Amino acid sequence: MRWHAVCREPDVPTDFGVAALVRGHTVALFRTGDDELFALGNVDPFSGAGVISRGIVGDRRGEPTVSSPMHKQVFSLRSGKCLDDPETRLPTYPVRCRAGVVEVGTS
Amino acid sequence: MNKTLVIIGHGMVGNRLVEEIRERDPAENWRIVVLGEEPHAAYDRVGLSSYMTESTAEELSLLTSGTQGDPRVELRTGVGATDIDRVTRTISTTNGETLHYDALVLATGSRPFVPPVPGSELEGCHVYRTLEDLDGIRSAAVPGTDGVVVGGGLLGLEAADALRALGMRAHVVEVAPRLMPVQVDEGGGAVLARLVGDLGLEVHTGVATSGAHAGEHGGLGSVTLTDGTEIETGLLVFSAGIRPRDELAESAALPLGERGGFLVDGNCRTEDPRVWAIGECAAVRGQCHGLVAPGYRMAAAVADQLTERGEAEFPGADGATKLKLVGVDVASFGDAHGASEGALEVVYANNAEGTYAKLVLDDDASTLLGGVLVGDASAYDTLRPLTGTALPGPPEQLLLPAAQAGGPSTGVLPDEATVCSCHNVRKTDITEVIASGAAEDVAGVKSCTKAGTGCGSCVPMLKNLLDEAGVATSDALCEHFSQSRSELFEIVRATGITTFSRLIAEYGAGRGCDICKPAVASILASSVNSHILDDEQAGLQDTNDRFLANMQRNGTYSVVPRVPGGEITPDKLITLGQVATEFGLYTKITGGQRIDMFGARVEHLPEIWRRLVDAGFESGHAYGKALRTVKSCVGTDWCRYGVQDSVTMAIRLETRYRGLRAPHKIKAGVSGCARECAEARSKDFGVIATERGWNLYVGGNGGFSPRHAELLASDLTNEELIRLIDRFLMFYIRTAERLQRTAGWIESFDNGLEHVREVVVEDSLGIAAELEAAMARHTENYTDEWRAVLDDSEKLSRFVSFVNAPDSPDPTISFTEERGQIRPEPIDLPMPVAQPGQDQVAEEVSA
Repeated sequence: MRWHAVCREPDVPTDFGVAALVRGHTVALFRTGDDELFALGNVDPFSGAGVISRGIVGDRRGEPTVSSPMHKQVFSLRSGKCLDDPETRLPTYPVRCRAGVVEVGTS
Repeated sequence: MNKTLVIIGHGMVGNRLVEEIRERDPAENWRIVVLGEEPHAAYDRVGLSSYMTESTAEELSLLTSGTQGDPRVELRTGVGATDIDRVTRTISTTNGETLHYDALVLATGSRPFVPPVPGSELEGCHVYRTLEDLDGIRSAAVPGTDGVVVGGGLLGLEAADALRALGMRAHVVEVAPRLMPVQVDEGGGAVLARLVGDLGLEVHTGVATSGAHAGEHGGLGSVTLTDGTEIETGLLVFSAGIRPRDELAESAALPLGERGGFLVDGNCRTEDPRVWAIGECAAVRGQCHGLVAPGYRMAAAVADQLTERGEAEFPGADGATKLKLVGVDVASFGDAHGASEGALEVVYANNAEGTYAKLVLDDDASTLLGGVLVGDASAYDTLRPLTGTALPGPPEQLLLPAAQAGGPSTGVLPDEATVCSCHNVRKTDITEVIASGAAEDVAGVKSCTKAGTGCGSCVPMLKNLLDEAGVATSDALCEHFSQSRSELFEIVRATGITTFSRLIAEYGAGRGCDICKPAVASILASSVNSHILDDEQAGLQDTNDRFLANMQRNGTYSVVPRVPGGEITPDKLITLGQVATEFGLYTKITGGQRIDMFGARVEHLPEIWRRLVDAGFESGHAYGKALRTVKSCVGTDWCRYGVQDSVTMAIRLETRYRGLRAPHKIKAGVSGCARECAEARSKDFGVIATERGWNLYVGGNGGFSPRHAELLASDLTNEELIRLIDRFLMFYIRTAERLQRTAGWIESFDNGLEHVREVVVEDSLGIAAELEAAMARHTENYTDEWRAVLDDSEKLSRFVSFVNAPDSPDPTISFTEERGQIRPEPIDLPMPVAQPGQDQVAEEVSA
């Protein structure tokens, strides 16, 4: 596991997503209202477009989610699993905040 | 394509089989060769009579462009089959070819039955089956003279109506004591005879045709009946039933049913596992079916087997019929003649209105067995699915016209009742997709269940099922808010709440989602007049609003500057061209009289806007649920027909309402005269010039369910017009539900447009001044959303490709070139799957 510094903590606003480039991977970073950080693949598996970071953050029955802005499929931020199509999932990455810097892990 | 399927016969059912297999065989395992004996490809034989009056052969054609362009399908018209050799698996054709098959489907249809009447070979005697037959009848018809149709069944009445349409006095000769003896009982037949008699047909029942006799020129001159009647006529049409086209059975050594037709099992398979028969030529378990709906179901069953979806059975058919014959409604279903033991009948006849209805019940009057309806068949849609089930109420209630108020009732149907008989869809199949949220409207039900995609007669019932489900389900916005959009609007207005987080904390639950967040953002934008990307609002917006541009399929955006009224200077056109060239954008003219520039990367958007804003452009809100364009014709300035200055009015209106956030997009148009070149009546509000001022139309739209706008007020001055539009739009914004266009909103009131007129024109609720004041606030506080981003470094910071590499292009985006412009590089993925319960229909795709 290698950790990569990506941005400062405030660069990921609450209930919002941003995209990052981590060793050639496009990653979507999110922060939920209870201040938890998540990192998932940025490419929408249904359309192939790199747009997941631009989706709306919310919850479905308590599970934190993001909905793809392309065709609105909803993904769990925790597992990357598509809640509308359990066969499909987004890759997830370890993410942490150290000394005000957001870091994403790759293996 | 490693296997060959040969279909003999390209009628309605043969054609349906081709379509069904094309749909189910994406791997293209089958090459399909279709032989059609007629010179035309398949056409709508059910609608054959309309060929006499309004339709052309092209209009009746069932051949889709998809089939025509499909390399899997080889259609040979004008070619029949002469022999089948099942040992070598080959077919000989009328043009001397030999075709090999791996699977063979016989869909040869029927031939007209010509009763043994002496003289039936004379010139002037016709049958009624093909387009060529009708051409022959048309050229033989002499208006003002008599014509005779032998056969008073379904087809006979159709043929008689065709003669009537050709200006002839039509006689119908039926051996049975009444018309339509198979479908209708004695009472119904009497009403039917009277109704068609009123329409000018001469009905002869209980008699046969005894002879056709030559006239002076050797052709037909007269027809005699067994009761001694002699009719002078040069035109006789035999329409006395059909017989299956089964003559290929001999060379193929295939068994026939007792009354003809290729004998097949419940899977429509002959004794040879490679050979099937479908449609009128098939004797399924010995029985032939002469209607198209059972034929279509046979085609579906065989397509399932050929594409290895299992041993699909033809589910059977009951011969239920509903049709309009000679302008008279006739329907029959189930045990129409009360043949079941102990059957009871309930009859309701109204001689004054010319209606007859009969229900056949079982011996304790609790179960519906069948029925006959003549003159008014509106109860058919409710009654037919009830066949075989317990009656939901007193029988007369189901028959009386009052029971039909508001269309066919579906609430009384049991869950297992068949609603769509073309595709065999039960009520429960439909209510399930509605309850799961997979279908939100008739179109959704159609795509999920196929119901309503055959003959279409059950579509009113689908609508009712949706309405009934709508009553049962709450109008909660989503799992986070139990309120509807209009209720939330009132809460925001009354409490003065200005943030989503406070609204959900006090009136909702959870953290929100992609349904409630944009809806609340729109309410706040209409109420608070702040920038839509201020503070936490940015995270509420759909991607289009969040980036003030329209997302396209590869994640890039399109940019549409406002061009009020469609009027633009050459200098501004040049700027658009320069910006598009510089940023490598694809350009296209929109339907709303503006120019769309596609393929902009998110990190380029601010620079593109800066160039546009410097040249005097502003955001066109193509991305928002907001006012889009006010389209106009050129009006009195240039047009020699114009009566008012439509361009100036369009610019004034577009400038007044630009940036107005609403439950859905708003489109408008202004036409300078009644010729209506701006197509204003297809808009949410449309203004059409009169000699004395302006007429205001509301509630129109194009799109999925097109509607024409209806007149709200006439001959208005400029000021009156603007005042009414102010009130109309603000009333809509306050009270409409999420994603409801003005048409649906108007319909949602009990009195529809009348209610809107009372509130907007007559101020019946006393809120007109308040609505006008709200619009005045919007107009005063308008700012250009693009410029506001350019002036705000924090907002600008979000327009980057990657937070840690702001200028690196996204590696997932690439383009090819076509016709001198860029196109998104196709992405190698399975087709995007439509998501149940989502709004892609309502999503914005254009300006």
